[in-house]
Amino acid sequence: MLPFYQNIPFFSILLSMVGGVITSLICSPRWAARLHLGILALCCAANGYLAWVLFHTGESFTYMLGHYPAPWGNELRAGPLEAMLCSLFALVMFLCVLGGLEDIQHDILPKKLPLYYLMLNLLWSSMLVMVYTNDLFTAYVFIEINTIASCAIVMAKDTGHTNMATIRYIIMSQLGSGLFLLALALLYGITGQLLFPSLRQAIEVLDTTGNYALPLTVLTGLMVLGLAIKSALYPFHAWLPGAHGNATTASSAILSGLVLKGYIVLLIKILYQVYTLPVARKTHIFDVLFVLAVIAMFMGSWYAMKENHLKRMIAYSSVAQVGYIFLGIGMGTAAGMTAAVFQIMAHAFTKPLLFVSAGELIRVSGHHKQLYYLRGAAHRAPLAGVGFTMGGLSMIGLPLLGGFVTKLFLAQASLELGWQNLLAFGVLVASSVLNALYYLPVILLIWTHGNPLKEELDSGARTAPCRSKPVVFDLPMPPAFAASALCLMAGVVFLGVFFNPVSVLIHQGLALL
Amino acid sequence: MKEIASVLAQNHILAASVILFGIGFVNLLLQKNLIRKIIGLNIMDTAIFLLLTSFGYIEGRYAPILVSTTDPARVEQYVNPIPTGLVLTGIVVSVSCTAFMLALTQRLYLHYHTLDIDAILMMVRKGGN
Repeated sequence: MLPFYQNIPFFSILLSMVGGVITSLICSPRWAARLHLGILALCCAANGYLAWVLFHTGESFTYMLGHYPAPWGNELRAGPLEAMLCSLFALVMFLCVLGGLEDIQHDILPKKLPLYYLMLNLLWSSMLVMVYTNDLFTAYVFIEINTIASCAIVMAKDTGHTNMATIRYIIMSQLGSGLFLLALALLYGITGQLLFPSLRQAIEVLDTTGNYALPLTVLTGLMVLGLAIKSALYPFHAWLPGAHGNATTASSAILSGLVLKGYIVLLIKILYQVYTLPVARKTHIFDVLFVLAVIAMFMGSWYAMKENHLKRMIAYSSVAQVGYIFLGIGMGTAAGMTAAVFQIMAHAFTKPLLFVSAGELIRVSGHHKQLYYLRGAAHRAPLAGVGFTMGGLSMIGLPLLGGFVTKLFLAQASLELGWQNLLAFGVLVASSVLNALYYLPVILLIWTHGNPLKEELDSGARTAPCRSKPVVFDLPMPPAFAASALCLMAGVVFLGVFFNPVSVLIHQGLALL
Repeated sequence: MKEIASVLAQNHILAASVILFGIGFVNLLLQKNLIRKIIGLNIMDTAIFLLLTSFGYIEGRYAPILVSTTDPARVEQYVNPIPTGLVLTGIVVSVSCTAFMLALTQRLYLHYHTLDIDAILMMVRKGGN
């Protein structure tokens, strides 16, 4: 008899899929949103409970779908790390949707709203599968579902900008999943397996006998390249600013904070469970990732500095932050992976906080996203101002906030390494300075008094926008936004203060992966 | 030279599918016309499906269909069914992605009256919304 908690991963996936279908049938957008939020809350609680149980028993388990044993069946595999990440992702997604509710209603046609929530549910279920799956082909199928759902939530706003951003996004994503599928086909051709444990045994045999060394290296490269394109590692980032910067607030926050991480978690799982770190190190894939990550940390910040559009600036900062994650992975050690997973968690709180706050700041500035019009926005929406300030400071690396701890862990992890050590130190310092160079001016700008749009309208230098609605400035703060921003801030501070227990949990979880 | 030729002749399906993959990949990446990009995507997917199916095919064996329930299934008569199953799933995924991209293309065409991605990009940048 299976203990009940072992059913939680599968039930969470099933619940969000079935729930998605039901949301699309509900006519009232309000109830669709409530159902979606309810599902996320339930997933968060259930996976949190699962993580708690697994940390206490110190085990991980395999769940067979339909009870078919290994070579035929499809499997899910859950350890404490996976459960913890799923619980955290559910919490963050809940907060993103809550914080972006106001903007969702402004940006998306009311009759399309239930379909938007359908896509969010699909996105969530595919994230769950990518974290829990134990089968390479299932991972591929849900990568594609994730792609379609995330493209759909970008284009939900249905303006020229978002449609164009979506087509660029989906083209790059298809290239990435094409490469992943090719690598999968080649791996199946060499080993004849698709389940992670069987693949691992087969690859161990290949490693000891030395057969197929070159094909194995090439297909590892293809697989990592495919996932890197999807998680916007530097040279493949071109689609990201458009897609993340133009979508509605909730979509931007979810895409930046969670969707990028889903692929990275899958990559970490594949590296641990299929290749094991020593075998993966022989393919030199870690060195490639390390170098690309270093470049990403520079270039992401560089582009962000030149950007004049608030949300695009935050999106470019994601490119740099994904660089931090890959820097940890590229070290190829357990300490580096711990730092990478910590950065996944820290960024999952910080980036949604920035996007949600930015969305509110933009809303009280007459929906203008140019930095010029945001002067004084923090005085019009104080909580959003505080949220943005805190997120920005965390990115710069102020102690007691999540971003600082990531840098600390990365620096500590790099001490064990050879040539990477100095490079990692240098790039961490440089990237902190660069982050400060573009976040601090914006923070100062939003706290400066003034209201450029109102001044222009009053002086007659600019006529009211053609939207036929008058521009209102003293909008009340939506309670949903307040709750979401406060929780996200609490998350950033929690990770910054209680980083020791969290890192111990991550370390244990990685050992059980 | 002769060796390479003989290796290619032995693995002609592999070679063909890699060439097809390259054609599709380059088309998806470099074509300006959106419909041609989508066709490139489909060529790329088809190449991988060809590769996968060829892995499961064993010369001289039959399709893995159980003809009667009384006749016991003889594994040595059949080709490997798993790659075929994977290809079927892959086709479904590919069809849905293609449908999504076509719908998006239609929307862009109705808006901008062109399929050239660069021209659309210029119009988006110029026209604000």
